[in-house]
Amino acid sequence: MDTLRENKFLQFLVLLAIFIVLCMIIPESEGNPLWRLPPLIQGLPLWIYDKVNFIMFDLWPVNVYDPDIEEYEQVPIMRQITRGLSGFVLFMIELIRELLLGGVKTIVSFTSWDWVTENQWARWPALPWTVVAGGAALLGYALSGWGLALFAGSAFTYIAVFGQWEPSMQTLSFVLIAAPVSVCLGLVFGVLAYKSRLVETILNPLLNIAQIMPHFSYLIPVVVFFGIGDHAGAIATIIFATPPMVRLTLLGLKKVPPEVTEAGLMSGCSSWQLLRRVQIPTARRDILIGVNQVIMQCLAMVVIASLIGAKGLGNYLLTALNSLRIGQALEMGICIVLIAIVLDRLSLAWANKQTDYFADQSFKERHKYLLIFLVIFAVGSVVAFIGSLIFKEGFNYFNLIPHNKGITTENFWQQAVDRMWEKFFYPLKSFNEWFIVDILIPIKNAYLGMPVAATFTLAMGTGFIVGGIRSALIVGGFLLFIALTEWWDRALITAYLMTISVLISGTIGIIIGTLCAQHPLSTRIVLGYCDTFQTFPSFIYLIPVMMLFGVTDTSVVIAIVVYASIPATRYTVEGLRSVPESLHDAGSMSGVNRLQRYLSIELPMSFPHIALGINQTVVFALSMVIIGALIGTDDLGQLILKSLSDAEGVGNGLVLGLCVAFIGLAIDQILRTWANQRKAALGMA
Amino acid sequence: MKLKTPNSIRALMVAGCVSLLSATGIAKAADSTQPIVIPIHNWSSQIVMAYVIGGMFEKMGSNVEYVPADTQAVYESIRNGDVTISHEVWQSTFGKSFYNAMAKGGVIDAGTHSATTLEEMGVPTWVIEQDLCPGLPNWEALKDCHENFTTPDSGGKGRWLEGPQSWHGDLMPERLEALGLADKWTVKFAGGADALWTELAAAKKEGRGTIVFNWTPNFTDADGFTFIEFPPYKEGCRIADGGDGTCGSPKGWLKKAANYKFPKTHPAAYTAFSKVDFSTKQIGEMAALVDVAKMDHKDAAAKWLADNESVWMAWTK
Repeated sequence: MDTLRENKFLQFLVLLAIFIVLCMIIPESEGNPLWRLPPLIQGLPLWIYDKVNFIMFDLWPVNVYDPDIEEYEQVPIMRQITRGLSGFVLFMIELIRELLLGGVKTIVSFTSWDWVTENQWARWPALPWTVVAGGAALLGYALSGWGLALFAGSAFTYIAVFGQWEPSMQTLSFVLIAAPVSVCLGLVFGVLAYKSRLVETILNPLLNIAQIMPHFSYLIPVVVFFGIGDHAGAIATIIFATPPMVRLTLLGLKKVPPEVTEAGLMSGCSSWQLLRRVQIPTARRDILIGVNQVIMQCLAMVVIASLIGAKGLGNYLLTALNSLRIGQALEMGICIVLIAIVLDRLSLAWANKQTDYFADQSFKERHKYLLIFLVIFAVGSVVAFIGSLIFKEGFNYFNLIPHNKGITTENFWQQAVDRMWEKFFYPLKSFNEWFIVDILIPIKNAYLGMPVAATFTLAMGTGFIVGGIRSALIVGGFLLFIALTEWWDRALITAYLMTISVLISGTIGIIIGTLCAQHPLSTRIVLGYCDTFQTFPSFIYLIPVMMLFGVTDTSVVIAIVVYASIPATRYTVEGLRSVPESLHDAGSMSGVNRLQRYLSIELPMSFPHIALGINQTVVFALSMVIIGALIGTDDLGQLILKSLSDAEGVGNGLVLGLCVAFIGLAIDQILRTWANQRKAALGMA
Repeated sequence: MKLKTPNSIRALMVAGCVSLLSATGIAKAADSTQPIVIPIHNWSSQIVMAYVIGGMFEKMGSNVEYVPADTQAVYESIRNGDVTISHEVWQSTFGKSFYNAMAKGGVIDAGTHSATTLEEMGVPTWVIEQDLCPGLPNWEALKDCHENFTTPDSGGKGRWLEGPQSWHGDLMPERLEALGLADKWTVKFAGGADALWTELAAAKKEGRGTIVFNWTPNFTDADGFTFIEFPPYKEGCRIADGGDGTCGSPKGWLKKAANYKFPKTHPAAYTAFSKVDFSTKQIGEMAALVDVAKMDHKDAAAKWLADNESVWMAWTK
């Protein structure tokens, strides 16, 4: 009995045995609550829908004069507020967009449509692309040096030359609003959570849910509250991109050594000075990772945001995919990645730049970059003017290369896809059949064949073994919510897809991460790949994957694995690299060989990191549930997709989203507790 | 209130105000300069048509704005006034969302195109040419050819690849059941239109049989696509409407929707919009400009407007 109390592995085996027995003895029947719980909170979606409807359409109506129909209309106060907010966001986006591309709406905001229609000259001209590309290069030079200048300049030139200028700048303008807002919100909430234990306790579950909930399920509420358009896309993006920033700000601030804070206090810092001059600069490293994540998340949302009206690359990309023009979609995908990397590198360089407090500069020195920019602007404008004389057929290539009028490599990519199909389809076909018939279908049936009582026993028991009664209750609470909706079976299918994908991604991630962490160069390369694939729109590789594997669960698993391997790899690399050099040496002196050192020193030491990586893998896999639904699944994702057209879609979408989030949170609870225990055991906490 | 205005004077003032109001009303009969917001979805004919209709509005002097929107969520947006019109409301796919929004108020029916639509299960024509299911397009042929349409995950049954469940719910599984085909066929819901087109392309490459949901007018018409002929549709024959569910899809309408304020704010543009009427052939032409001739959507719309001036000029009068 004592060995059982000591040995967690043994406890788990006992639990497994109980689980299997339960599975065997509980009969499959609809009325049996041990088999499936009755859907007691079936009415919840409708209730949410009623409440949202009430708030948006009935609560506290005020009379508003509508000059267009010359009548007073009753508008609920909430709607006035949200519309006011979205109007402001939209104004900011349009402002930046029209600085880049030209237009009329900003002028309209200060005058009226009537006035603009009468005064056709009042149009804001587009900035020639040469000026924007030159400006980006200059910014890169000013912040970092020639390397970044070259990269930023050529990225923008690529975008222009390939005829993606307009959609790219539309996307850029909305990212340039969403990303800074997310960063600021993240900083503010992170600091608040750092200052107050209460805020942290309240924020934590909200952050968890916002991060794991599939973005689709809050698209509908965003549409109801804020309407459709760029502002709605930006707001959805902000909801998606802020949580990691809050997390990392809080993490960074917590890691600030007390000595540093005390030194600040002794120098007589006010609370604000302490934060601004001491703590945030000290926490810079983590905050910068947060900024990097915000930018990646913002660009990962580009395609999804286009579903609710964000203009730009996402929208064109979906259109191209819908007529199977993969080459075109790929070019746009590359533009999204380029924008992501340029923004990321520029913001990193900006944050890393040290202020030189002692420089005594003349006017010319202080403003040299502004002056250079004015020169670029003048030259670009002159070139654009010359262009207007050369190109007579309506497109001025020196000013703005119209969409799809640039160079294109579409045919090349199309042929590449065709060739890939020729080469790989038949060899992969038998693999696909084996994978579906011998792996996927049996596992799916096994999941669906679990009585609810057995599932609870297994999940809560695991929680108990790992983290005691508290974890068991938390895990049980999350599962109970799902079990009481009418979607338990769907949730089981989601869990099955997730389990397989996480197993595969985890294995791939740990192996690749381990191999690449052995050398600094390969580390940099693999982290670059991680950045690329995190922002590269997964929609694009859905089509080649479907060509090869058909509309099957194999395709879904592959699509998830491509995306979910990223965090597993990233965290493995970072975990292995955080093992102190001195431990390596200590190991070598004790005479271990390379493999032994890896297995008995590096791997256990980086286990907490890797566990968090697996945790993130689960989050990524769950967020891909929707993308899987775009291939064709019969899990929660498909219903979330469907809720877009349901009359009571708001409630359905939110409750389904919560179900997905709760699966993730249950797993998060177990993995995080385990990782923290290991950390404590290794003396790293 | 010490000062009392005699009743007659008050009446006169009211009358004056009313006439002043109506006078400005007449003076402002011209369309508002507020932009008309046209939604852009993700298939070619819809986008080209959006630019065609937008181009027509612009010629009439209106301001136009295009906004990308989800095909299902767009009706809620029209209702709220974020989007002004929708010019392609397909009966069986969007009918439900359209009527849901209409029932809540705020969306009006702005007339029907003469194009009829058909949304039905069907096969690419090579399936018939290779005789993978002798007797098609008659549905009875399905009774003994399912072996040629199996997939690894279909459990030995033939597979129908239907669109996402959001399009018509459980209609197809119910139909299989009602026609007594459920022991030989099963329905798989694809995630979206591109999944359907990918399946068509992949099946063609491999030369295997496939039954997919599709519609006409569509760009797949050009490659040859045959719809299966199910027992004809009658009012109320579907299970959801209380029927036995054995019928096929109806020849559907293609409607136009608008926000309820649109006729008041833009009377001229609304009148033109209500007259807009595309035939199946015209829609096919527009799609072909993009899908076959590989033109840009805006260029295709400009070309169509230039080539068919007599057609759309008539609507603006």
